[in-house]
Amino acid sequence: MILTVNHVTHYRYDAPMRSAVQSLRLFPTRFAGQRVLDWKVEIPGGTRGGAFRDGAGDRVEGWSVRGPVTALAVSVTGTVETEDTAGMLRGHRETVPPMVYLRDTPATEPDMAIRDLAAGAVAGASDDLDRAHRLASAVRAAVAYRPGVTHAHTSAAEALELREGVCQDHAQVLIAAARSLDLPARYVSGYLYAAEDGTPHEAAHAWAEIHVPDLGWIGFDAANGCCPNELYVRLGSGYDAADAAPIRGIALGAGRESLDVTVALEATQQ
Amino acid sequence: MSPSYFNEMFDGDQVRPPYARLEDWTRQMPAELRQMKQAEAEVLFRRIGITFAVYGEGGDPDRLIPFDMFPRVFTQPEWRRLEKGIKQRARALNAFLLDVYGKGEIVRAGRVPARLVYHNEAYERAVAGFTPPRGVYSHIVGIDLVRTGPDDFFVLEDNCRTPSGVSYMLENREIMMRMFPDLFGENRIEPVDGYPELLRRTLSSVAPAKCDRDPTVVILTPGHFNSAYYEHSFLADMMGVELVEGADLFVEGGFVWMRTTEGPKKVDVIYRRLDDAFLDPLCFRPDSMLGVPGLMDVYRSGGVSICSAPGAGVADDKAIYTYVPEMVRFYLGEEPILQNVPTWQCGKAGDLSYVLDNLGELVVKEVHGSGGYGMLVGPRASSDQIALFRQKISQDPENYIAQPTLALSTTPTFVEEGIAPRHVDLRPYCLVGDTIELVPGGLTRVALTEGSLVVNSSQGGGVKDTWVLAE
Repeated sequence: MILTVNHVTHYRYDAPMRSAVQSLRLFPTRFAGQRVLDWKVEIPGGTRGGAFRDGAGDRVEGWSVRGPVTALAVSVTGTVETEDTAGMLRGHRETVPPMVYLRDTPATEPDMAIRDLAAGAVAGASDDLDRAHRLASAVRAAVAYRPGVTHAHTSAAEALELREGVCQDHAQVLIAAARSLDLPARYVSGYLYAAEDGTPHEAAHAWAEIHVPDLGWIGFDAANGCCPNELYVRLGSGYDAADAAPIRGIALGAGRESLDVTVALEATQQ
Repeated sequence: MSPSYFNEMFDGDQVRPPYARLEDWTRQMPAELRQMKQAEAEVLFRRIGITFAVYGEGGDPDRLIPFDMFPRVFTQPEWRRLEKGIKQRARALNAFLLDVYGKGEIVRAGRVPARLVYHNEAYERAVAGFTPPRGVYSHIVGIDLVRTGPDDFFVLEDNCRTPSGVSYMLENREIMMRMFPDLFGENRIEPVDGYPELLRRTLSSVAPAKCDRDPTVVILTPGHFNSAYYEHSFLADMMGVELVEGADLFVEGGFVWMRTTEGPKKVDVIYRRLDDAFLDPLCFRPDSMLGVPGLMDVYRSGGVSICSAPGAGVADDKAIYTYVPEMVRFYLGEEPILQNVPTWQCGKAGDLSYVLDNLGELVVKEVHGSGGYGMLVGPRASSDQIALFRQKISQDPENYIAQPTLALSTTPTFVEEGIAPRHVDLRPYCLVGDTIELVPGGLTRVALTEGSLVVNSSQGGGVKDTWVLAE
């Protein structure tokens, strides 16, 4: 499938800021499931800084904007050809060993409820792949999709207690559950093309990857009860939502920030 | 004093050769002169303002660390062996860091457990796959040594991040020379005052490839409230480089710039004296205001060097320490010259039961602890303290290691009643850049309390000038 992405993040400040600096992970991952046809990331008025591919295989680009800054826009436009790899991250180059992703963060620290959920889900499972699938199903059953209940800083434990949340919460609960069973797991940010079946979700999307010996990293979208396929565009990964954020930025000054994000995905005829 | 401790000055009633001239010196020194000199030293230390706790141990920042005027002396052959051992260890530690952020061969070969490295909180995912200039991660390696016999030295711990205390090494010498110029005429002592220049050359030698001129080096300090601020400003002064705080730097166009009165100036090498977590809110702790936003993107794209390299801490963790001799064999194909203290890891079942059965004889430390805090010295502990540690270790065994109580050597030290042996350790500062350098000397810490084996300044420790005799 050929997917065209238009993603603009507008920042506005109620008082002029001295400067702004951003670290962007807004570039489609290079792996067997996707091929970039064209891609452009731009901050009008900003200066492009250092760019590199990190140990997890993500392309990172630094940007800075000189003050006074009252507004700035991060715009992403591009086209990606995607292919269903049954969720497998085939042909991806990275140097970070999977074991690194056993580390808990405050957002993914498992509490008793998450441990119980995990242990219950995998009882009788045959292997790690089976375990991963069962965990994803259990998380989907335990946390209903409902926007507006949780926020950016809701932890996995809090989301499971609420039993409601959005894709970020599904991903973090799944990560916490997997790690509690010693399965390396990480947070993935990206886009999801809305199929015509009307399944509710945001176009800016997130899911989890679990590492299975011999198969490697496999994506699990507990929010939608499936593995990522040709409708997904993968951008970058991290320990949790904050660590995998496609945009990490800071503006120096006393102004308050407001944010407005628009993401549009279109499918082009093959 | 138990005779089983090695006394570095006296062999029975014989004076060991390196201390021969010092014996005359002390014999000829009247008590009044000694008291006067001791008071003078204190005034000098106060005047220069060096009051910080050694090794960032906390405590009262305005409290002067006691300075003992009796120097600690090494002969040239003793030092040469130490020097070889220290440099060997510094090379191995750097090889290990380069490896574990690259292919991880030592882990694949099964010589170091994968979990200890990759599941270690000091392992920085953000720098995996990145090779710093010249492949050096730890540019200033502080290796803490103790001595138990004429030829027996043990490494107590490695410090690969930002070991502090080197300003004491320099100031102790400076003050001794000022107070006792004759001593330095009678004894041929190797100088240590070349350290700042060596440090500056080391830092310049790891400038990024993009730097095509004489590199601009800065020291990045968390600020004047930091307990080691004196050392930061002292080293900047001695090296002739700028001392900056995070707010003095900014990133633009793939480089780091320093604000100056003449406009922005490009910075090539940052000797940072703050922890990884605070370096860059866009990469590490988002709430840190001490670092430079965007710094890690510039670093990882080769626009600036950071010393020590972020992530270096995974080599000096107390659980990794056990494997340093193995690193020497694996990377260098050599036998380690300096020995480790035998260490039990409470995370291992067999070790745990031994430790719990022998708490009264062991020293127990937290894996990530430092500065003598969170530490049990079995032979000196009360039964309550031992019971408390038994409980703490049982709850979280992986967080503790244990070592035998070492018979630390003693050197003569001025005390109330005259001169008496007191236990000492040593921290030399090894510099790693395009070459490996070590000034002949280091910081000797002394446990001023009679019988005490704890040299930490927070626990009543002092410092001494450390001499290496020229031949």
